[in-house]
Amino acid sequence: MPIDIDIAYVARLARIDLNGEELARFGSQLGVILEHAARVQDLPTENVPPTAHPLSMVNSFRPDDVRPSLDRPVVLEQAPESEDGYFRVPPALET
Amino acid sequence: MGALTDLTIRAAGDALRAGQVTAVDLLDAVLGQASRTEAELHSYLTIDREGARAAAERADAAFSRGDDRGPLQGIPMAVKDNMVTDGVETTAGSQVLSGYLPPYDATAVVRLRAAGAVIVGKANLDEFAMGSSTENSSYGPTRNPWNTDRVPGGSSGGSAASVASGSALGALGSDTGGSIRQPASLCGVVGMKPTYGLVSRYGLIAFASSLDQIGPIARTVDDAVTILETIAGHDPLDATSYRGAVPALRSDIDHGVKGVRVGVVKELSGDGIDDEVLAAFERTLDGLRGAGADVIDVSLPSTSYALSCYYLIAPAECSANLARFDGVRYGNRVDGGTVEEMMGRTRRAGFGPEVTRRVLLGTYALSAGYYDAFYGQAQRVRTLVSRDFASAYEKVDVLVSPTSPTTAFELGARTQDPLSMYMSDICTIPSNLSGEPSISVPVGLDGEGLPIGFQVMAPALGEQMLFRVASEIEHLAGFELLRSEKVGS
Amino acid sequence: MSYEAVIGIETHVELKTRSKMFCGCSAEFGAEPNTHICPVCLGLPGSLPVPNEQAIDWIIAIGLALNSTIAHRSVFHRKNYFYADMPKNYQISQFDIPICSNGHLVVDVDGQEARIGVTRVHMEEDTGKSTHMGGDGRIQSADYTLLDFNRAGVPLVEIVSEPDLRSPAQARAYVQELREIVATLDVSDVKLEEGSMRFDANISLRPEGTDALGVKVEVKNMNSFRSLERALSFEIDRQRRVLNQGGQVEQETRHWDEAAGVTHSMRSKEESSDYRYFTEPDLVPIEISSEWRDRIHAGLPELPAQRRSRYVAMGVDSVTAATIVGGGLGEVLEAAVSAGGSARTVSNWLVGEVTAYLRREGGSIEETPLTGEALAELSTLVESGDVSSSAARPVLEGVLNGEGAPKEVAIARDLLAMKDTGALEAIVDEILADHPDEAARLKDGDMKVLGYLMGLVMRATGGRADPKLANEMLRARV
Repeated sequence: MPIDIDIAYVARLARIDLNGEELARFGSQLGVILEHAARVQDLPTENVPPTAHPLSMVNSFRPDDVRPSLDRPVVLEQAPESEDGYFRVPPALET
Repeated sequence: MGALTDLTIRAAGDALRAGQVTAVDLLDAVLGQASRTEAELHSYLTIDREGARAAAERADAAFSRGDDRGPLQGIPMAVKDNMVTDGVETTAGSQVLSGYLPPYDATAVVRLRAAGAVIVGKANLDEFAMGSSTENSSYGPTRNPWNTDRVPGGSSGGSAASVASGSALGALGSDTGGSIRQPASLCGVVGMKPTYGLVSRYGLIAFASSLDQIGPIARTVDDAVTILETIAGHDPLDATSYRGAVPALRSDIDHGVKGVRVGVVKELSGDGIDDEVLAAFERTLDGLRGAGADVIDVSLPSTSYALSCYYLIAPAECSANLARFDGVRYGNRVDGGTVEEMMGRTRRAGFGPEVTRRVLLGTYALSAGYYDAFYGQAQRVRTLVSRDFASAYEKVDVLVSPTSPTTAFELGARTQDPLSMYMSDICTIPSNLSGEPSISVPVGLDGEGLPIGFQVMAPALGEQMLFRVASEIEHLAGFELLRSEKVGS
Repeated sequence: MSYEAVIGIETHVELKTRSKMFCGCSAEFGAEPNTHICPVCLGLPGSLPVPNEQAIDWIIAIGLALNSTIAHRSVFHRKNYFYADMPKNYQISQFDIPICSNGHLVVDVDGQEARIGVTRVHMEEDTGKSTHMGGDGRIQSADYTLLDFNRAGVPLVEIVSEPDLRSPAQARAYVQELREIVATLDVSDVKLEEGSMRFDANISLRPEGTDALGVKVEVKNMNSFRSLERALSFEIDRQRRVLNQGGQVEQETRHWDEAAGVTHSMRSKEESSDYRYFTEPDLVPIEISSEWRDRIHAGLPELPAQRRSRYVAMGVDSVTAATIVGGGLGEVLEAAVSAGGSARTVSNWLVGEVTAYLRREGGSIEETPLTGEALAELSTLVESGDVSSSAARPVLEGVLNGEGAPKEVAIARDLLAMKDTGALEAIVDEILADHPDEAARLKDGDMKVLGYLMGLVMRATGGRADPKLANEMLRARV
């Protein structure tokens, strides 16, 4: 059985503005994919630790040294909108 | 000599050093091939003629003053367009990065340049490396040089096609669920995914951070080793980069397979695999037996769940990795009255359907109330997959399977059904989950003349054994590479 | 109905490492916008974080100073949400295995000590800065926003208290002590005005004597210790009024408005945030060996609480000791005591005259000519009776003003104690003669008039009379 999900909520969390038709389409596609993915629940995993990293490395650090930063003009040139050395965006609704 | 564009990296290197050819000659040949074939194949998104020419001239100048930085000097190469190149457009195959000029080079690219390689351009890919056919590129698909009605595989389809068709002598691809090996298999070239951490991910536009690896695509196993030797090794800019000494990759390459224990993964070599692919697979196994290998069946039960596991872990990680594409600091912005609206519209316009699907899927799998059952469970199943591999490697030296269940399918054949597309990766995904190295070697053609790939997998840091077995397979198969003049005919 | 306030505080402290938490950009405050940025802290495609080892050393130090358990193994998590000043739209933070946990500190409010639990201390990265333009500068009416990412990626330590605080005064004492501890460790500038220390509070009320927690309100935008205290007092009143009227306190976030002296409800979000925490795949776990922890522990400086105890043991009273430690006057006190001064006497001068002087003139004690040796000298002079205790104040002022060493100043200002008892007797007699009514009252046993007469004697002697002697004389010779 395809899984039923609150696709509108998920799209909001993911910050992708989808219209009604898209939400319906993606919602049903995801339901089918998730049904297949949910098969992982068939395997018993009590006392099996999750793998967060394929390596068994620990303590990968860098020393507290300052390195050169990027040139601001180079960076701001790629910005969709900038002003006086700042990146510029429309106002926020949420704080 | 034959066409320059048919040379292996080794042969080209010999010719360069013998003075038979210059780096500029090689580049001109490759660019000539590209201009002949690209309209149909579309392997490249960007060809950097100026940059490549300057690099070729520098390589020639270096040779003349006796400065030899190694086997990649003067060699024309393609780089998958999800690795950033300083000042050269990098799109990840997405509209959201159309026109984006990175201010830095990926470490793998830095190392190629330092070795004197000539970077011809940026190869086409499925958008953000998500896909198995390169049909998800928002700039149009790449076509298989063996048969242009067919897909080249994905997501490194452009890289594989460029090497197969002679518009590069070698390429870098990236592999998260099979994206180097599967297109290599479908395009009749060698593609290899290193041990996780062996090659720096700095500058690789992240898809799934715990699975992504950069690796070589080349005509021969020997060439693949050459490329890997150049790019492997610790990078202080990547905290997940392996800190130990890189194994001597080439040391056992000619040792043959006498006494080598080869495990055939039962779950990946039966149901779901095309008959002709299976036949080529069995023939190769016979060849290995004949060469003295000890071939046995092994069962890795959790690999049946690897696909499900992957389609929770990879989307989850990608949903966070792609959150940065919001129109604030770079990329294409779609305006809005509020920043929330701007972000929402930018991402809607910028992401194609497959990327959108995976971001939504990943967001769901991580969300409150669903984390344990989906992402959490997938990470535990991943441990089971690794354990299966570990116990198998107590009995065998390498594991083998076909690389892809099928040969190259037709464009459009699977685009309507995401799950059917995902099935292309059932053989390749397990070694991404375990973080272990694996390689695809072309071993034959099917009845339609389409290439079949054979996959070898080895334990972590087992590249020496991997290349040793792969090299023998290559030798046994005697696979005839695609000739440049045949492309686009 | 009597209510009890239950308060918890979440504090953020920016570490003063040279470089940022996950990249080599300078972490220095105050640079031109967007000049300390790189692919990592700007969230450019392909970038990867690498943790600053110094920051890990320093968070362990903070944890140890707060009596915490240091985790043997700790990991980073991604906290996912979209906000324009967050370059990756996730923050690298820590979720269920913070580096430090289960700590505490002791606060003292008017002699009442309380042990305040510190649930956790974890490592994360700071965000960029938004400036809202147009409108009246407030977020809600802005036309657009300008973003500066210099601060993005600066190491940030989050310190979460248990809800053990019971009054605004206690909450203030807690953050002040926290600030002092962190300042002593020298790992942060802890300047509220620069944002290197910030705090939010959670407050609920419950009927006195009950255990169940009431509805929690989050209060933000308190930019000073005083505004923290005021905001919490306001909230207690507000919530009490709501409850007394039979209403329910709404679970929400409120903004403190310093000018108006009230909290405002912030626009409520559609749904509470789902941060979708998962282990950060770009970073490997941190394993802190006992050797590492012990090394940090051995390097810890003397913490404020220890220092205060040490001064109390020297004879300083506890409130004075706290003021001295808090005011950075400890070194000079200790120098004075080693040079032979009385801890009690010197400490009282430090919190009295010296502090008043520094408040008037500005600057720190190191910038004045007053040294521990000078204080010791003055202390000895007072003890030997060469300078009366009331004359000590003007002598001190003279030393602070650069007039010279204490004895020199006393001589120059004619403040040496009047040792000549004959002359004192004469003055006492004169004053008693000049004030017959008061003298008569004193003779009758009125002690109040003694103070008035003492004042006259001290004035007549220019403050040089020994007060004790003058007192005795007045009573004897009346």
